Amino acid sequence: MTSVSMRVNGADVRADVEDRTLLVHFLREHLRLTGTHVGCDTSQCGACTIHLNGEAVKSCTMFAAQADGDEIVTIEGVGEPGRLHSMQAAFQQHHALQCGFCTPGMIMAGIDILRRHKSPDEETIREELEGNLCRCTGYVNIVKAIKAAAES
Amino acid sequence: MDEFGIGAPLPRLEDVRFITGRGRYTDDIPMSGLAFMEVVRSPYASARIKGFDISAAQAAPGVLLVLTGEDARAEGFGGYTSKMRKTNRQGEPNFEPPFRILEAERVRFVGDPVAIVVATSAEAARDGADLVLVDYEELPAISDIKAALAKGAPLVWDEVPNNECVFVELGDRKATAAAFAQAAHVAKGEFAISRVAHASIEPRVGIGLYDPVEDRYTLHAAVQAPHTTRNEIATRIFRIPENKLRVISPDVGGAFGGKGYSHPELALVLWAARKCDRPVKWVCTRSEAFLADFQARDNLAQVELALDANGKFLGVKVKNVLNLGAYLTNAGLQCGFHHVGSICGVYTNRNVDWEVSAVFTNTTPIIAMRGAGRPETTFMIERIIDIAAAEMSIDPAELRRRNLIPTAAIPYDTGFVHTYDSGDFEKGFDTAMRMADWAGFPERRARSQARGKLRGIGMAYAIESAAGVRDETAEIRFDTSGAVTIVVGTHSHGQSHETTFRQVVASMLGIAPKDMRMIYGDTDLTPFGRGTGASRSMTVAGSALVCAAERIIARGKQIAAHMLEVEESDIAFDAGVFTTRATNRSVDLAGIARFAHDFRQMPAHLGVGFAERVAFVSDGINFPNGCHVCEVEIDPATGETSIVGYWLSEDVGVVINPLVVKGQAVGGIAQGIGQALCEKIVFDGESAQLLTGSFMDYCMPRAKDLPAIEIKSQEVPAPNNPLGVKGAGESALVGALPAVINAICDALRPLGVKHIEMPATPARIWEAIEQARRAKAA
Repeated sequence: MTSVSMRVNGADVRADVEDRTLLVHFLREHLRLTGTHVGCDTSQCGACTIHLNGEAVKSCTMFAAQADGDEIVTIEGVGEPGRLHSMQAAFQQHHALQCGFCTPGMIMAGIDILRRHKSPDEETIREELEGNLCRCTGYVNIVKAIKAAAES
Repeated sequence: MDEFGIGAPLPRLEDVRFITGRGRYTDDIPMSGLAFMEVVRSPYASARIKGFDISAAQAAPGVLLVLTGEDARAEGFGGYTSKMRKTNRQGEPNFEPPFRILEAERVRFVGDPVAIVVATSAEAARDGADLVLVDYEELPAISDIKAALAKGAPLVWDEVPNNECVFVELGDRKATAAAFAQAAHVAKGEFAISRVAHASIEPRVGIGLYDPVEDRYTLHAAVQAPHTTRNEIATRIFRIPENKLRVISPDVGGAFGGKGYSHPELALVLWAARKCDRPVKWVCTRSEAFLADFQARDNLAQVELALDANGKFLGVKVKNVLNLGAYLTNAGLQCGFHHVGSICGVYTNRNVDWEVSAVFTNTTPIIAMRGAGRPETTFMIERIIDIAAAEMSIDPAELRRRNLIPTAAIPYDTGFVHTYDSGDFEKGFDTAMRMADWAGFPERRARSQARGKLRGIGMAYAIESAAGVRDETAEIRFDTSGAVTIVVGTHSHGQSHETTFRQVVASMLGIAPKDMRMIYGDTDLTPFGRGTGASRSMTVAGSALVCAAERIIARGKQIAAHMLEVEESDIAFDAGVFTTRATNRSVDLAGIARFAHDFRQMPAHLGVGFAERVAFVSDGINFPNGCHVCEVEIDPATGETSIVGYWLSEDVGVVINPLVVKGQAVGGIAQGIGQALCEKIVFDGESAQLLTGSFMDYCMPRAKDLPAIEIKSQEVPAPNNPLGVKGAGESALVGALPAVINAICDALRPLGVKHIEMPATPARIWEAIEQARRAKAA
C-alpha cells in the first residue's frame, strides 16, 4: 500500500492505495469521480483524459502514486449544469456527442488543445485529437465544437 | 411548438449530464458489498477439456468463489438459441449448437469461457483467475471460410460434416439464367467482406444481484434491449419465469448491435451473485472484448451482373458464404438472410438468383452490427455495377442513371423480396451529382495528376429495409399535478431519444420537451419493448407515442366537454389547450389531468386518471435510402488514401431533428469508412489465434482519418407509419463501404488495378499498384 495525496478539482485528498492502482481507478473508485471513463487497456482511446498540473494526460497510463502531490482536474471540475465551461456548451450546441462515453475525455482534450493553440484550424484539431477515439460521431461535430469554443 | 417540435434542430436534453461527467453508466453505479468477477477463457481455438484444478484459485487471497463449466452443467442451465432456423444442403433443419454460458468439455474459439473467479476486488479476481488450471488437449482449428469448406477440414461441430450449417437458394434461378442468356455483357466479381468489431467505447459490463427472499435476480447491464436480455437469460438459461429477473440498462456507451443480445457474462454475474450472496460486477477489458464480444460481417460473395448492350441490368447472381464463428448467436444467421432484398438496389433489375451458405469456424461468434447484412448486400450490387461500368466503358453514374427506378413507378415491386412504397431516387441521384460536382471531376483528377497523385470518385446508391420488428409499446401519463411522463420500451444509447421522442410529444400535445420526464431501460418500469436495433425506434416507439398522444387528446376532449358543459364535438384542441367555440372557455392539459384524478368530480363512465398506453404495430418495414459520392486522392508512392470529399443525399423520411439525423448519418459513414480503409479482425490462419487483440492492432478510425461530410436530407414520407419517418440509424453506413471502395478502385483503374479488397490499407494499395506495374511490364 502507498499513501497518496493530491489536489483534485480544488479539494485536497489523501488515501492509501495498492501500489498497482492506476490513477483512473483511484479517481473513479476512491473519489467516486465516475465522469472519467475507461475504454481500453492500452492507452489508445483517451476516454480517461484528465488534466494533470494543467496538461491533458491519460489517467490510465500512470499509477495513482505517481500523481502524489499533483494538481488534478477531471470533467467534474470543469463546469457544472447551469455553469458550463465554453467547451462543454459547444459540445452540446454542435451535437458533438451521441452515447457520451468518450465525451469527458474529448472535452478535456479539447480544452488542452485550446490551451496550446489560440485558434486552431480544422486540420490541427484533427491532428491533435489523435489520442481520443469516438465510435459514434465520426468526429465531424467534435471538430466543429472545439473550433466554436475557440471562437467563443 | 415549432421551436422544439418535429423538425426543430433542438440541442439534446440528455447532453448536460454527459458533458459534466454526470452520466450514469453501469460501471458508475455505487453498490455496497460488491464482488468482482473475472472470466477464465480458452487460450486455444479448438481443444478438448480434460479437467479443471481450481484448488489454488480457491485458496488465493480475496477469492470468494470459483465456478467451472462442470458446475454450470450440474446446475442444468440451458443455452442461447438462434432466432432464425433454416435448412442445410440436404433440406433438413440446420444444426443448432448447444451454446452454454461456460464450457465443460470442448472449447471452440479463443476466448470461449470455461470458468469464473469471484473475489473481493477486481485485482484479486484477476489474480485468482490466473491460478485456475485447465488441462486442454489442443485440436486443429480453422478460422476462415475457405479452410472450413476444404476437403478434410477439422470439424467445429462433429454433427456438421463439412462445417456447413445452412444452405439455401433464393430468387428465381430459371428466369435469371434466361436473362443471362440474353446478356451482351456479364460482369463478375469476387468480394471478401471483412470481419469487424462493434467496438463501442464503453466495454460490455454487468452487475448481478440476487434476492433470496423474493428468489429474484436484478441485472444492471449495458444492453440495447432490456426485455430481450431478460427473456433470454430467464427463459433460455435459468429456465425461470421472466418476472424473476429485472434488467436495468442505464446510460450505455454505444452498442451498434454488439449489446443487443446476451453474452454469457450477463448470466454468469447473476449466477455468481446467487452463489456468493453478494452483488457481483464484471467489466470487460478491451483486450477481452476483442476475444469475446461477438463480432460482425465476414463473408465471401461471388457476384455476376448481366447487362444488355445499352447497360440495362438484366439479372444478378450471388453466391454468398457467411462465417458464423463457433456458435449460432441470437441474430448471427439473420445477417445472411434478412437483407438479401437490397441486392435489387434502386434499379429496375428483376431477376435474382441467390445462394447462401453459412459455415462454422473456430472464431468468435458473429452477430448483427449496424446494417446487419445490408452493407454486405449493398456492397455486392454497387461494386459490381462499377466493375461493369469500367468493362463497358460507361460512366458509373450514367450506368446507374439508366437503371434507376423512375419516381413515377413508385410503389415499385422489385420482384425479389421488397416492394418500395416510397422514395424519389431520381431526385436523390441528381442532388448527389450536384453536391459532389460529379461533372467537374475530370478537371480535379487532372490537377491531382499534375501533383503526382491519383484521384478517384465513387458512387453508391444504397437502399435498406428498416424497422423490421414492427411492434412497440409507449405510454404517456399525467400525474395529479398535471406533469407528464413518457415511457418507452426502446433504449437510447446515442440515438438521442430523450430529445426526439419528447419533440414528437411536444408537437402533438404542445408541452415543452424540458417539462416532460422520460423513462426507459428498466423491465420493471416500462411496458414490454423490443429495445433499440434495426433502425426501428422512431418508427415504432415514436408512432406508439403518436397514438398515445391521440388517445390523450380524445380522452381530454371527453373530460373537457364535461368540465366546460358542452358537447364533445364543440371542443377543439390546439397547442395543449382544449377550447369550446360555443362559450370561448378553455382548459389546458394540466387542468384536465388534475380534474381527471379527482374521483369526486369525474363522471363514473369516464373513470379516473389520465394516462394512455398504446401497443403500436406498423403496417410494414420502411426503406431509407441515399446516394453517396466519395472522392479520394491516393499517393502512389505510399499507397495512402485521403478522402477529399464525401457527399450524401439521403431520404430517411420525415426528419424529427436535423441535428440528430445528420449526426447519425455522419457516424454511420465513419463506421463504413473505418471498415473500408482500416478496420479488420484478423485470425492466424493456422492456429485461429486472434491477431488484432487491442486498439494498437485493430485500426479504429481517428479524427485525422476522416473527412468532412456533407449531407442533404430530402424528406419523402414513409406511408406506413403516422410520423412518416424511415430508419435513420443504419442507412448511411450501408452505402459507405461501396462508395469508398469504388472511389479507390476508380483512382487505381488507370494503372490496371481492377479491385481492392477492404480494408484498403496503404500496404494493400501499394502492393496492388506494384503488381499492376509488374504485370504491365511483363
